[in-house]
Amino acid sequence: MDAFLATPLGVLALTVAQTMALLVPLLLGVAYLTWAERKVLGAMQMRKGPNVVGIFGLLQPFADALKMLMKETIIPSGASRTLFIMAPMVTFILAMLGWAVIPVNDGWAIADINVGILYLFAISSLGVYGIIIAGWASNSKYAFLGALRSAAQMVSYEVSMGFVIVTVLLCVGSLNLTEIVRAQENMWFMFPLFPMFIIMFISALAETNRAPFDLPEGESELVAGFFVEYSSMSFALFFLGEYANMILMSALITILFLGGWYGPFGLLPALGPLWFILKICFCLFVFVWVRATFPRYRYDQLMRLGWKVFLPFSLVWLVLTAFVLKIFGWLPGGV
Amino acid sequence: MIAAIAFYLFAAVLIASAVMVVTSRNPVHSVLFLILAFFNAAALFLLAGAEFLAMILVIVYVGAVAVLFLFVVMMLDVDFSAVREGFQRYAPIGGAVGLVLFAELIFVFGSWTFADDAAGLRLNPMMPGADNTREIGRILYTDYVWLFQLSGLILLVAMIGAIVLTLRNKPVAKRQDIGKQVSRMGSVNLRQVRSGAGLAELGIERPPVDAPPAPKQVEHHGGGHH
Repeated sequence: MDAFLATPLGVLALTVAQTMALLVPLLLGVAYLTWAERKVLGAMQMRKGPNVVGIFGLLQPFADALKMLMKETIIPSGASRTLFIMAPMVTFILAMLGWAVIPVNDGWAIADINVGILYLFAISSLGVYGIIIAGWASNSKYAFLGALRSAAQMVSYEVSMGFVIVTVLLCVGSLNLTEIVRAQENMWFMFPLFPMFIIMFISALAETNRAPFDLPEGESELVAGFFVEYSSMSFALFFLGEYANMILMSALITILFLGGWYGPFGLLPALGPLWFILKICFCLFVFVWVRATFPRYRYDQLMRLGWKVFLPFSLVWLVLTAFVLKIFGWLPGGV
Repeated sequence: MIAAIAFYLFAAVLIASAVMVVTSRNPVHSVLFLILAFFNAAALFLLAGAEFLAMILVIVYVGAVAVLFLFVVMMLDVDFSAVREGFQRYAPIGGAVGLVLFAELIFVFGSWTFADDAAGLRLNPMMPGADNTREIGRILYTDYVWLFQLSGLILLVAMIGAIVLTLRNKPVAKRQDIGKQVSRMGSVNLRQVRSGAGLAELGIERPPVDAPPAPKQVEHHGGGHH
């Protein structure tokens, strides 16, 4: 068996098996996130949410998927066909790609690469392409406006997110995601870097185009923004891509600030993956909670928040962190 | 073997997409091909063992610069037939410039010599135990820190220059001044009103009200909305 796994074919088979072991639960998670969001929103608005298909509406995601599959895919005349079809695929594939480096438990990452955090940052910054391409290829002014908004929004919030990540990296001394989690064995970074945690969370909301920053969709003024013209499975891919991105961002926040697979106070270290999933679920719950609570931002307020509040604040906090680490001699590597 | 195949694949796609950037009729397609070219360059970096550079290339160029490119190209409705108009006339000049650059490259390549130890390094580009992120950091921030800071300063000056050139502070332009809005007084007042007093008694003028319009005759159609 070991001899087989050492051959190129064996490596390939192992990688495919690992990928499946990650992606299948992930896709189920995405399906049930759509259900959970509707349930939670329902509870917060004193409704019942989906409760007809299956017990507690548990089969609702599958009913939705079936409905989407049965619909006709409409490609508007005047659309750029190739790009129009490519855009939802790009969104969905990128949402899946990031998971290659996520360590679910100590050593449980499919690709434990040295620059894991940069890879994740790169993948999340590419998410904007699916949206821009969709908006442009649709040949519709609503879609186009949505795409432009999203491009400016995602580029703006990446900057402050970059500073947050650099601050965490200063405390860790490594770009490897496993190392980042290991550095939090005794103290989750959420506590010493609490303001950065908040900035990271809000930037993640903006980065995934979630309420209150869902201006690219903006149904009150742009109908549905960048995916106005999409129907059937291509729409479903956008929809699932958004939820997969939410889970990816929650995983990133969990790794950077919530101590990954470590339980609180070192509780039950054997349950690593479970702690990881629980923390992701907590982040996702807050995502939904925010959506139920806050009205949508105005576009200039959004830009102001990104550039005039978050950027200076995270920059100052970064310098402050560096000073504190240097003065107390806490810099990793003992420099 | 696999690395060689991957190299030729990425290199071929890189060159093909670079050609497509120049030859595409649609500027948006050009930018998308440019992004594909960036990706393949990043893949080549990865194959060479420079994973930090690969990721930075994707983050900076694909994630930010190309997005803004795409943004601008989509916003400007460039009429490319007008741009191509003088193509025939300017082709010789362009060709001459290209030829000069090409000749220079050939001269440089002809006089290129490898250092004595370079052959060994080429076979093993990563020193054992060296981390590529750490090494780049050491070179940039320790060995050449002043030059690095200087280049940053030059960029800062360029940025300020661009802002100064484009900053328009015309009094005609309407822009939001949040401080002014917040401190604004007088247009909306709170008044203490005697209970039961009409507006006329308080001296507040209202536009004269015409006789109320006669209620519209509601037509009843057969069947209907309840």
